[in-house]
Amino acid sequence: MPENNDKLVIAGREFDSRLMVGTGKYADFPQMVAAIEASGAQIITVAVRRVNISDRNKESLLDHIDLKKYTLLPNTAGCYTAEDAIRTCRLAREAGLSDFVKLEVLGDEQTLFPDNVELLKAAAVLVKEGFTVLPYTSDDPIVCRRLEDLGCAAVMPLGAPIGSGLGIRNPYNMRIILDTVKVPVIVDAGVGTASDAAIAMELGCHGVLMNTGIAGAQDPVAMALAMNLAVRAGRLAYRAGRIPMKLHANASSPLAGLIA
Amino acid sequence: MNITINGEATTIEALSVQDYLLQLGIDPRRVAVELNREILPKGAYPGTILKDGDSLEIVHFVGGG
Repeated sequence: MPENNDKLVIAGREFDSRLMVGTGKYADFPQMVAAIEASGAQIITVAVRRVNISDRNKESLLDHIDLKKYTLLPNTAGCYTAEDAIRTCRLAREAGLSDFVKLEVLGDEQTLFPDNVELLKAAAVLVKEGFTVLPYTSDDPIVCRRLEDLGCAAVMPLGAPIGSGLGIRNPYNMRIILDTVKVPVIVDAGVGTASDAAIAMELGCHGVLMNTGIAGAQDPVAMALAMNLAVRAGRLAYRAGRIPMKLHANASSPLAGLIA
Repeated sequence: MNITINGEATTIEALSVQDYLLQLGIDPRRVAVELNREILPKGAYPGTILKDGDSLEIVHFVGGG
């Protein structure tokens, strides 16, 4: 990757890719593998669920993931209380593959908005237990500051509800969050197409996490590549220093030497 | 004896957690186990013998966002 002097650093670990992807909602494992590969992601989220005792012939997700290549980010999806989220994280860590956790504590089934009160409770406990906590939260700078103060390794404000594809609903809040915290800010949820991801990066966000935006696209592998390029393009544009927005024109060709 | 596994009641003979996982065709390295709501470290699987009334949660990683 040409941008190797601009790595994403989370909890002291360096990553080349600023795009993180989920492993859910794919048609089948081969499609998932191809999409993750096309995305260039190095961090992938997984969910923690009961083993199906009666149906032991089912293929396992980890049969298809090269654990030497990817960092797993187990999530606490489906948890509505701090207690359940903490329990899930402890189980995830016990599976022995990652100290990183994507902490989600939901408040509502329709919007899947986070319950920030329970989230802060869970984050406090988990940070003390030595987890590297990446919390999914709302685009609220005050909550983000509290999460940072507790010791979370990053903050992950949602752009829009999970799976909604509405993009970055409040770019101004994202900029305020970027001014408020020093930990990486990773937009998580709501990205629908490539320009959404580019916008997140142009605002100055450090990374983007998405699942439905890729897995739900008509051609997930093509969309994964699009997102890969969009995140890189947005980051390059951010670092390149864009022109200011002006009300009036500023001619690109010289005024001198015009024929008369 | 009766135990609960992943919310379902079942009857088994006394055996270790390790042996029970293997009997179920589960790779102990790929799962995490809670015994009576407490995480059971992997090192303890072979030495922990299941008792009547025990409740086991056996989880693994699946696709998710």
